[in-house]
Amino acid sequence: MNRYSLWKYIVIAVALLVGLVYTLPNFFPEVPAVQVSSTKAKIDNALLGTVEDALKSANVDYRGAALDATGIKVRLADPDTQLKAKDVLQTKLGDNYIVALNLLSSSPQWLTAIGALPMYLGLDLRGGVHFLLQVDMKAALEKAGDRYTTDIRSLLRSEKVQYGGVAREAGNVAMRFKDAVERNKARAAIEKNYPDLVVREADAGGELRLLASLKPEAQKRIQEGAVAQNIKILRNRVNELGVAEPIIQQQGAERVVVQLPGVQDTARAKDILGRTASLEIRMVNEDPGALEAAQAGNVPFGSDLYRDRNGVPSLVRKQVVIPGERVIDAQPGFDSRTNEAIVSVTLDGTGGRIVRDISRENIGKGMAILLVEKNKTELITAPKIRDELGSKFQISGQMSSRETNDIALLMRAGALAAPMEIVEERTVGPSLGRENIDKGFDSVTYGFIVLAIFMCAYYLLMGVISTIALAVNLLLLVAILSMLQATLTLPGIAAIALTLGMAIDANVLINERIREELRWGATPHAALTAGYERAWGTILDSNITTLIAGIALFLFGSGPVRGFAVVHCLGIMTSMFSAVFVSRGLVALVYGSRKRLERISIGQVWKPTVPGAAAPAVPAKAGSPSR
Amino acid sequence: MEFFRIQRDIPFMRYALTFNVISAATFLLAVIFLAVRGLNLGVDFVGGTVIEVTYGHAVDFNRVRSALDKLGLGEYSAQSFGRSDTALIRLPLKEGVSSAQSSERVMTQLKLDDPSATQQRVEFVGPQVGRELYENGALALLLVSLGIAGYLALRFEWRFAVAAIVANLHDIIIILGFFAIFQWEFSLPVLAAILAVLGYSVNESVVIADRIRENFRKMRKASVTHVIDNAITVTISRTIITHGMTLLMVLSILFFGGETLHYFALALSIGICFGIYSSVLVMAPLVRWMGVSREDLVKPEKKRGPEGEKILP
Repeated sequence: MNRYSLWKYIVIAVALLVGLVYTLPNFFPEVPAVQVSSTKAKIDNALLGTVEDALKSANVDYRGAALDATGIKVRLADPDTQLKAKDVLQTKLGDNYIVALNLLSSSPQWLTAIGALPMYLGLDLRGGVHFLLQVDMKAALEKAGDRYTTDIRSLLRSEKVQYGGVAREAGNVAMRFKDAVERNKARAAIEKNYPDLVVREADAGGELRLLASLKPEAQKRIQEGAVAQNIKILRNRVNELGVAEPIIQQQGAERVVVQLPGVQDTARAKDILGRTASLEIRMVNEDPGALEAAQAGNVPFGSDLYRDRNGVPSLVRKQVVIPGERVIDAQPGFDSRTNEAIVSVTLDGTGGRIVRDISRENIGKGMAILLVEKNKTELITAPKIRDELGSKFQISGQMSSRETNDIALLMRAGALAAPMEIVEERTVGPSLGRENIDKGFDSVTYGFIVLAIFMCAYYLLMGVISTIALAVNLLLLVAILSMLQATLTLPGIAAIALTLGMAIDANVLINERIREELRWGATPHAALTAGYERAWGTILDSNITTLIAGIALFLFGSGPVRGFAVVHCLGIMTSMFSAVFVSRGLVALVYGSRKRLERISIGQVWKPTVPGAAAPAVPAKAGSPSR
Repeated sequence: MEFFRIQRDIPFMRYALTFNVISAATFLLAVIFLAVRGLNLGVDFVGGTVIEVTYGHAVDFNRVRSALDKLGLGEYSAQSFGRSDTALIRLPLKEGVSSAQSSERVMTQLKLDDPSATQQRVEFVGPQVGRELYENGALALLLVSLGIAGYLALRFEWRFAVAAIVANLHDIIIILGFFAIFQWEFSLPVLAAILAVLGYSVNESVVIADRIRENFRKMRKASVTHVIDNAITVTISRTIITHGMTLLMVLSILFFGGETLHYFALALSIGICFGIYSSVLVMAPLVRWMGVSREDLVKPEKKRGPEGEKILP
């Protein structure tokens, strides 16, 4: 009658097993670790060897080093050796690598190998900084407008168009002309050269004028580009902070989220995020023998030795020929004739004049482009000058399109594409995070214990079954959260407690229904069947309404509230499985095999003494009343 | 054990009018307080900076205030937060001063005054983000209401949908009323709690509506009032036990979850208590007054006899 088919037991057993395995990593404590990663250099087994050798020779006692997709992770015994290891490795590996402090789960290798990781804790639990930055889109467009004003002016000059003036005017570029012929010439030239601009005639005060403005799709592209570039720059800067798992993401059209777990020094973080870097163009020192001397450690006076990303050395003169402010733009592209990947660089008028003079005198020599960021100089590239250059020139030379992309980005990285402002900040200290975990854990534990006691006392064996089902629910919920690596926040822990409190509803509903069926004379087996089946529709309905609320919270919530919503929604799903499927399986296990079931251990089934009172019409199936 | 030994159907509907008057009065009171005092909106919604600072000893607020007064921050507030060694400092938004600057200035000043001051938490929300969070919150509330009403209308009948939503919004307004009366801080987690209550207390209405429908099918001779009374009576034990269980968990959060979750748990507790009341004594009378009848609910199964009490689809 109340038997359960084998496949259902198998489903339950598999769910339990998977649940157990994926919950397991949460029980292993975290150990201090040092993580080595790099955005510039390769992380491979050779580097792993270097790391291990460095630690050995410095007598740092480490508990194992491993290479994975994100970098090299070295486990250490305690925070002191962790700090020591970080210092040793940073000195050994240099600036091309990021050496960050981290905490790693001490769960065994096989668990990690199958992707069983501990739950991913949010910043309010592990401590850290969350920033929401707003990119100033108006400034990005203004910058583009300024650039076009300069460009149009030089275009008209080179096309020999007679014009009265070119100026910025409320988001447009306005031009004045003496006669219609010149105006038409100008219009044709602009439309041919700048497909992103839309030109229209706007005569005012008897003057012939043209107004050029950005097409909406170009505006959109500029804005998207500004955000993308800012993110790239932020990423470079965050790398410097040595954060193990930073998150830098676009949010919406014009915002960027930066999350730095474990960072305590917010002042420094803000400083680094908000700083500006600058670009410098300098000449390469090509004196015979100078480079070799410098590589041997004897750097000539007035020069610096740098290596580019590929490790190619260049000796660069200290004198800056073109400062970064003169660089208006750098874009990756392809040469229309040779189809070679190139970077096209645009300088402003003054920059163009300087580069023309310099290049004329230095054909065949190298010109170095450097990125200077707070006393740290990086050589981006040092191409040879092939010809006399103007305000627009190309850098080419057997580069892949990825390389040209990187170079263009770095050249633009001199400054943010548009200013950014912190519009939201949430910082939590590590001790408060720890405290939050403990408090959340306490509320779940104590709540669960009291609830279990009540259920067992009130519904006896059926209560025990309900409690087991609830524990399974908790297990599955934690397993799914670990599996999905969904961010667990403090409200998320509260949602676990709340979900357990709500999930028991299904079991109370079932148990009450069974009692009721018994009250009105159903046989124990019939009462069990009816209790589960009749309650099912109600459980489904009530869970769906709760789910609707959960999904809305997820869609509209932010940060910790979203964490609440995720746990809430997942909890509802696991509770449907455990409260109905698992508890029914247990009931079948206990009662299913008994042919003649005298009574169910569900606590007292009280019957009204007044005939016909409070009765529903018909019991599930007529049978001998049960006590 | 059996707590609920009910001899006869409790004639809930006989007292419906009384209950409705009580509900209307509480509702009105909540609305008045909301209108007059308004909600004490937290930084999440109005913007501003909150800094939580712990000291190595009990906080001397006079000292903290005199230290902060030197900074000329405008209308700041400094209160204790949960424990005696913790202070919560709130700064209003100030034109032209970024969060970075103000929180750092405060910490530098406090550290200068007392080196044991440690920053535990900083929250800064800009005015625009605050407004967006507020709008999104309102939108979520609206969407949840519509979503639930739509589902109930589909699953039952429009009268149930309307009654359930009215009953639950009544709960929400009362929770908000409590927050207005006591000027508790209304933050994002509280909003989450309110939406959770909305989803949760609809359960109750669903359970009762389910029973009403089932009863219409089975108690073919009974009057509408009798059907509703019976539905409430037979589900009352479940209603109280499950709500009790959920309340237990929520109280556990309230007592052990710490200061951060305090108002969240408080909102949930109030919501759960009023949830019982409203689904039993607000929703059911409303359904009756809107004139629900047997034919509205049992049409598809009409041809089946009393034995055809098939489980709900």
